[in-house]
Amino acid sequence: MSNHIVTSYDTDLQNLRRSIAEMGGIAEKMMNEAATALVRRDSAQAQAVIAADQRLDALQREIEERAILLIARRQPMAIDLRETISAIRVSGDLERIGDLAKNIAKRAVAISDQVQPQKIVVGVQHMSELVQEQLKDVLDAYATQNVRAAHDVWERDGSIDALYTSLFRELLTYMMEDPRNISFCTHLLFCAKNVERIGDHTTNIAETIHYLATGENLPTDRPKNDRSSQTTVEPQAPAPPPPAA
Amino acid sequence: MSATATVAPTPGTSRADEAAPIRITVKDLDFYYENGFQGLKHINLNFHDRQVTALIGPSGCGKSTLLRTFNRIYSVYPGQRAEGEILLDGRNILDPAIDLNELRARVGMVFQKPTPFPMSIYDNVAFGIRLYERLGRADLDARVEEALRKAALWDEVKDKLKQSGMGLSGGQQQRLCIARTVAQRPEVILFDEPTSALDPISTGRIEELIEQLRAEFTIAIVTHNMQQAARISQFTAFMYLGELIEFGPTTRMFMNPSKQQTQDYITGRFG
Repeated sequence: MSNHIVTSYDTDLQNLRRSIAEMGGIAEKMMNEAATALVRRDSAQAQAVIAADQRLDALQREIEERAILLIARRQPMAIDLRETISAIRVSGDLERIGDLAKNIAKRAVAISDQVQPQKIVVGVQHMSELVQEQLKDVLDAYATQNVRAAHDVWERDGSIDALYTSLFRELLTYMMEDPRNISFCTHLLFCAKNVERIGDHTTNIAETIHYLATGENLPTDRPKNDRSSQTTVEPQAPAPPPPAA
Repeated sequence: MSATATVAPTPGTSRADEAAPIRITVKDLDFYYENGFQGLKHINLNFHDRQVTALIGPSGCGKSTLLRTFNRIYSVYPGQRAEGEILLDGRNILDPAIDLNELRARVGMVFQKPTPFPMSIYDNVAFGIRLYERLGRADLDARVEEALRKAALWDEVKDKLKQSGMGLSGGQQQRLCIARTVAQRPEVILFDEPTSALDPISTGRIEELIEQLRAEFTIAIVTHNMQQAARISQFTAFMYLGELIEFGPTTRMFMNPSKQQTQDYITGRFG
């Protein structure tokens, strides 16, 4: 929405929107590349993700400063105030998404020299693909202020939580099967947790879009399917000692 | 009883009390200037008791005109007329049988430019009381002090009550005018851009004062300063070209107005 009587006000808001779009692009790319680096054990790509986080942090500070200045200078009202506050919130979520992607990349470097069956990584890969799609959809919804698309993202997060819970169980099982899997699987578990959290930040952005467009907040009781905090896998009874030769 | 009901409202952040009794009801109000121009068109609006209602809108939208119907001050200009009803405590004040002096004692008004009379500070405040009441010296002194205290001016002028009201600063003059209005113990106080001629510190004092006066009076204020309306009012009415476009609790009007025209105006997009 543009056409303020004071045209520099429009420029201020456009600049905020542009910076959010840039942050969104970087966060999306970091998330995608971190997941690829993890699957392909590609240290070089992981290092690139780690390096990209700096720009994201700088942009977040820039947006925050400009939003504060805009509030001080222009005392925005109604949709303008909501857009300014939304920019602060969304930039915070995107900055966190960048941090989590960076952490995945660091773990990708840590386990890049370990040879492990690829089937263990597939679950994390599948989950991160779902979250990548969520992130893309929510960024599109923000750019177009599409509340309906934001709601879809908001509601789909439950399936990611459910996937995370089953992945958690699967990784515990691998660890119990063979203690040599523990180091690798623990890193993967943290990667899965990071992906799940990126999903949560994605739903935060969806909630902000709802607020931006309607002036109201979504209910706080989003259906959640993350049961990992209550999940345990019982070890099987120890195998009988081998018969004496 | 709910937990929130026992919490005293924080000054300046108080929410609209939509259950507050209605003090003024405006029904199908039309207003015509002497040249036939219709300044107000079918206004329907309620003013709640002990709440501040802000009237906002671009120049010429009719907000001051509406304010001026509440004490029929327009009637000093021949040819101007209002049609419809304005019920103050259930009685139509547009009724020709209404005693205008009594009405103006019940509905006080403070203007954009401070208008102290060329007399002492004391006499400025006592002037209105003397018009309607015959009080002894001690009673009159007490009433003047009470009014000056309510206008948050007493401490600054108590030692110079005999000095001319014209010698005060602009902000003090405005508070003197508020004291003069309050001294008559009105029910409603109308403010017509009371701070637009004042510096920020004096403006802050008047805003603080309006918040305090709300405990006792029903207040209507016309202001061009949107942030001021957002800060001091509980209800806001947006007017445009003589019509009431939108009315509602101030927090909603400034965060999430229903009408596009309201949004365009308060966000500074009006063409």
